[in-house]
Amino acid sequence: MSVRSKVIEAIQQIAREQHVTLPALSDDLSLHETGFDSLAFAILVARLEDETGVDPFTISEDAAFPATVGDFVRAYENVPA
Amino acid sequence: MSPREIFALRDHLGAELKGRTISDAHEVVSLTDILSHTVLGGRLRELSGRAVLLKLSDQLRSGLAMIELDGIARRMLLCPPDLNPAHLEALIADAAIDAVVTDAPDRWADTGITLVVTAQLPLEATAPVKSERATEWLMLTSGTSGVPKIVGHTLEALTGAIVAEGPARGPAPVWATFYDIRRYGGLQIFLRAVLSGGSMVLSDPHEALGDHVARLKARGVSHISGTPSHWRKLLMSGSATQFTPRYVRLSGEIADQAVLDGLKAAFPNSSVGHAYASTEAGVGFAVNDGLEGFPADYLGNRNGVEMKVVDGSLRIRSTRTAHAYVGRSAAALTDGDGFVDSGDIVELRGDRYYFVGRRGGIINIGGLKVHPEEIEAVINRHTDVRMSRAKSRKSPITGGIVVADVILTESTDPARAKEIRDQILDLCRAQLASHKVPAVIRFVEALDVTPAGKLARTDAQ
Repeated sequence: MSVRSKVIEAIQQIAREQHVTLPALSDDLSLHETGFDSLAFAILVARLEDETGVDPFTISEDAAFPATVGDFVRAYENVPA
Repeated sequence: MSPREIFALRDHLGAELKGRTISDAHEVVSLTDILSHTVLGGRLRELSGRAVLLKLSDQLRSGLAMIELDGIARRMLLCPPDLNPAHLEALIADAAIDAVVTDAPDRWADTGITLVVTAQLPLEATAPVKSERATEWLMLTSGTSGVPKIVGHTLEALTGAIVAEGPARGPAPVWATFYDIRRYGGLQIFLRAVLSGGSMVLSDPHEALGDHVARLKARGVSHISGTPSHWRKLLMSGSATQFTPRYVRLSGEIADQAVLDGLKAAFPNSSVGHAYASTEAGVGFAVNDGLEGFPADYLGNRNGVEMKVVDGSLRIRSTRTAHAYVGRSAAALTDGDGFVDSGDIVELRGDRYYFVGRRGGIINIGGLKVHPEEIEAVINRHTDVRMSRAKSRKSPITGGIVVADVILTESTDPARAKEIRDQILDLCRAQLASHKVPAVIRFVEALDVTPAGKLARTDAQ
């Protein structure tokens, strides 16, 4: 499974658990508009770390938290293996 | 006027009851004629009035030495097996120790303690002695870091709950415990065995659980106690079959409904009860209605034990509490009114109080306080779960999130893990605030239990 589909699947899984109705997940959708609160993002980052072995937001001290879904996916795609 | 009668352990051990024993995995010692025998090589007289450190590698000799020393020594400090040797020096100073009972006398050669008595088996014959004084019993708290605190008890306080309950009906009990008898929970069981006219089967940390249970069965154990973690491990091991104790007791950790129900199912003909006790607060109460928590009307004064809830924490005042912390910089053990603050947080729901966790065990989740025990109790309610541990994990988003390690029951098909994970999360979401719902659930084969029988809450380094 590609990194992108792992991320999207995890977002959809958490949305189901948290009873969040997601809009269409286009790359330029702002993360704010996903309806996720900070707890949902914390869960997402923790689960992706378990699945992919990386947490791009802890690795880099100065990395800004992404603004859009596309930025978020790229943060995982761009982590050196 | 005669002085107040001194009642020591030996005074509960008359020769009129035949067939009493204390045993471990290697030896069986008769309690029936114990008063005319010595484990101290006949050197008990030398320890009269002394402050004795009881530092032995096994429970059997420890128990036998306690029987001899009580009523003779001024005080005795019980060293549990997991005591960090680096703390010994401070403890010896704080308890003003001037003698040691050991099975490794060479180690005490240059320590400044000149009276070193070796405890040894087999027992030697000796003339019975009379109790001289009320010996002070010193026990150590089981906190994980720093020098443990020394807690001072009397035999009267230690046995208050046992005497209040009165003798057990039916044949003399054969008691066993998964605890070490040099810890409060285990000592209670040892004292019950001595006072009840029964026998005692000791645990052995090097023995496999299956072998231990086989020994419990072979020795006819009728009454047995352990922490919920001990019991969960036993249920997981599948060794409980054909073991039929009359009484199963839990203490030392929160007994949630899942473990109570699990024990009732495994031991359908036993009475299952959970007791509330701590080294400092002594035995508070026992609950025998099969339900977790305790009835709200236990608060107030009940059988000489007074309880109240202050800032969510249970406070206890009774003649069974310890009388002091011992040592140069010892803090006060009770509040101004003589109540011991247990640090155990309770919550009233309906007409019952439920334990939600330890005040010191709170984890911080995004600035909100969470008791891991409260989350575990919900997870454990899932029928396929045997045991769980909730803890915090760092999060770059919220600072911390809850994660849970879960052990499934023996018969669970691993292929159902994903389905069970979803069901656990549904359970948690239905019963817990959203920040308490685990973000990640991990299925594990085992969870560490401390030497004191409690779920280890910090990972071994």
